[in-house]
Amino acid sequence: MTQSPIPLLSVRNLRVVYPGEEGDFVAVRKISFTLGRERLGIVGESGSGKSTTGRAIMGLVAAPGRVEADEMRLGEVDLLRLDERGFRRLRGKRVAMILQDPKYSLDPVMSVGYQIAETHRCHFGSSPLAARAATLEMLSAVYIRDPERVYELYPHQVSGGMGQRVMIAMMLIAGPDLLIADEPTSALDVTVQHQVLAIMDDLVRSRGMGLILISHNLHLVSAFCDRVLVMYAGHVVETCNASELAAARHPYTRGLLASLPELGRRRAELPQLQRDPAWAADAS
Amino acid sequence: MVQITTAADDGRVGRFTSPIRRLINVLFSVALTFLGLTCVTFFIGRVIPIDPVLAIVGDKASIETYNRVRIEIGLDQPIPVQYWRYLVKVLHGDFGNSVITSQPVLRDLLHVFPATLELSMLALIIGVALGIPLGVIAATHRGRWQDQAIRFGSLLGYSMPVFWLGLIGLLVFYAELGWVEGPGRLDVSFDDIVPSITGLLTVDSLIAGDNEVFWNSVSHLVLPGSILGYLSLAYVARMTRSFMLAQLKQEYILATLAKGLSPLRVVWVHALGNVWVQLVTVIALTFGNLLEGAVLTETVFAWPGLGLYMKNSLFNADLNAVLGGTMMVGVVYIGLNMLSDLIYPLVDPRAREPR
Amino acid sequence: MSDTVTWRGWLLDPAPASRGQARLGRWYRSWRAFRRNGLAMTGLIVVLALVLMAVAAPLIADPTAATLQVLTSRLQPASSAHWFGTDELGRDIFARIVFGARTTLTIVALVSIIVVPAGLAIGLPAGYFGGWVDVVLMRITDIFLSFPRLVLALAFAAALGPGIENAVIAISLTTWPPYARLARAETLTRRHAEFIEAAELQGASHLRIIVTQIVPLCLPSVIIRLTLDMAGIILTAAGLGFLGLGAQPPAPEWGAMVSSGRQVLLDQWWVSTIPGIAIFVTSVGFNLLGDGLRDVADSRSA
Repeated sequence: MTQSPIPLLSVRNLRVVYPGEEGDFVAVRKISFTLGRERLGIVGESGSGKSTTGRAIMGLVAAPGRVEADEMRLGEVDLLRLDERGFRRLRGKRVAMILQDPKYSLDPVMSVGYQIAETHRCHFGSSPLAARAATLEMLSAVYIRDPERVYELYPHQVSGGMGQRVMIAMMLIAGPDLLIADEPTSALDVTVQHQVLAIMDDLVRSRGMGLILISHNLHLVSAFCDRVLVMYAGHVVETCNASELAAARHPYTRGLLASLPELGRRRAELPQLQRDPAWAADAS
Repeated sequence: MVQITTAADDGRVGRFTSPIRRLINVLFSVALTFLGLTCVTFFIGRVIPIDPVLAIVGDKASIETYNRVRIEIGLDQPIPVQYWRYLVKVLHGDFGNSVITSQPVLRDLLHVFPATLELSMLALIIGVALGIPLGVIAATHRGRWQDQAIRFGSLLGYSMPVFWLGLIGLLVFYAELGWVEGPGRLDVSFDDIVPSITGLLTVDSLIAGDNEVFWNSVSHLVLPGSILGYLSLAYVARMTRSFMLAQLKQEYILATLAKGLSPLRVVWVHALGNVWVQLVTVIALTFGNLLEGAVLTETVFAWPGLGLYMKNSLFNADLNAVLGGTMMVGVVYIGLNMLSDLIYPLVDPRAREPR
Repeated sequence: MSDTVTWRGWLLDPAPASRGQARLGRWYRSWRAFRRNGLAMTGLIVVLALVLMAVAAPLIADPTAATLQVLTSRLQPASSAHWFGTDELGRDIFARIVFGARTTLTIVALVSIIVVPAGLAIGLPAGYFGGWVDVVLMRITDIFLSFPRLVLALAFAAALGPGIENAVIAISLTTWPPYARLARAETLTRRHAEFIEAAELQGASHLRIIVTQIVPLCLPSVIIRLTLDMAGIILTAAGLGFLGLGAQPPAPEWGAMVSSGRQVLLDQWWVSTIPGIAIFVTSVGFNLLGDGLRDVADSRSA
């Protein structure tokens, strides 16, 4: 795995805080990682801060949430210094995000083709005709067989798997370097999950992109990514290569691994994860 | 949680049916509602009064009039037969004659309606053209001064009694300041100068090329139009804000932002685009409110429209005219509902197809 | 806070010991959220003031002054004897405003106790049983939904004569449909919830389920809607009064007071303006209160 001299994404001591009436809620507690042109998986349960991390990178943490870090760079761009306008230039063009359920993440009253073309026109200022052509091409790239027909469909008319492929097309059409996929297959049937992931994998590889795959599904992440980050209560409790996951050291990760059911291995009872409050404590 | 239930929400009209079936559904609804309306007016006209004939002709009528009407109504028949005869008449546009003018009520109604229409349409246009943008701005600046100001202004608007605001308006802007003309549609000297084509004075005077009459009618329209416009925009802005806030919480807003679109586009094209569906109902309701409140407005401004006609009929004990006017407003209400039900699938693609 | 044994601590205890404690705790938290909203509190104060004024009217103002015509002191401006001046028949406007609150409150109360049960009685079965029951009941609801409120009241008055009872009937007839729809919508979302199924499996009859389980869930949104509608009801009632169709003279009614001051609007503006302000303030109060309640409910369910 060759890494370019400047990492694609480098994050040091990222902290995301939501001030509230009954005290501040710290969603992400000083996490650090770097990413090259590789696939990184972030695994955690609900509330672990994994989605918030993705949003922080894109500048989509809604007020009154606050993002603080010692360093957060996308290539040579300092994300900490960006205002909303600066982030807007990056979104879609250099970093993109795929959300979980295309039923809700696509505008219900516009055709899917129009929404994809919209991204293209926004970033390239292309004419409607050129954008349409690019859209049809992109739809083919995500293995949609009948792009002309699908172009005119509305989000409620497409199946889950196709919807996610539309999402991928929509987010990748402007050619970003980094893709953040937030639970991209959680809303899909198991059979369709692999399809969609394969397409994503194909595109990420062929374009030399970096990928952050956020999921609660440990199996999925370990099978699909090069490296894995395990998050719990806003902390990163484990960082390792996907291939070495079985040798993980942190008790939380070991607990997760132990509680996964496996075909071919009989157990009377699945072990329950025992949580230690010490894992949630801030280190410093 | 309080919801604004509209035709869109309860899944009853048109959500999962083909266009033809939906049209039939809507027409059936309309017919049924219309029948219900006729039942109510019939009930009020024949069943409630102790002596329906007296209620219609008034106590100053002659014996001949009394007997004529008595036969017309067919009081000796059983009630269902009476209702049937009434219904047939209504469908032919026969609401009986006005006791005061001795003209067919329908003719009177058609004569006065355009005045109400002119005023209501002006108010609706102001209300929608200003109310929707203000609602969007309030939603996107939630909590900040724009939102507070718009919410405050709206609150005042839909808490105010229209007749009181009208009086105050006349007092301040007409009597004290002299900025606008007073009650009535035109100064008396301009009456009947311009031929009546649409019944809308502004339009008719433009057609006739008479600028003096045009400006006079405009200056009479300004005060009531603005007041009603303000009340309408208060309601529309409030509803728009509420709908927009609900949309801005949705996932697709995050996704469109993540695409790199400008917030302006996200709000005014995507979010607002999803709100039009609900706004159609709101606009219809606003227009309905305007018609309904016309009785009060026209009383204050001596505006010779449907509202004033009905009020005068009421005080002249002209039951036929009152019921005829009720029927007319009711029919317009039903028409507005029908329109919004029909427009709805044009604006929301989810309602178009059989699923 | 939850260490010390205080009422507050007990109510806010994150681990309540009983259902009663949990419920009271929820109410208390909602109240605190409500209290933080300045405008909502203003609305509450206005409404309470109105109720107080209506109930304690004889203590605040002289009951006879409200209807006593002293023609020698007609159309007096505000003074120490008559705080709001006198009207065209020499009656004390302040007293009329205070007693007029009774009329307003009566109408509001009467409409409420008709409209809420009627709406629930139609909407709940429609949502619960579905099918033909639903279709028929909703058709009836839609028919009534299409009736213009003020105009219908006018028609009623034309047939029955003016009066407060007819005003109440007319307003109620056109106000109940949204409550039926609301009740139906709320019922539909709960109908197939698991706790309802559990109750059915335990052998509870439909009526029992409706009354004990579903009604309490519908009530909050119905009450919020009612509070928000109050302002509109008051405005309509005042409008009817303005036209002379509400409470009849010499009973003091704010809308009628506005109307009677029209003749003298130019010189003795207070005769019309002050009752109008009363209507306006009351309406604003109910709107603020309703908005505040809805905000609390929304943040609870959000």
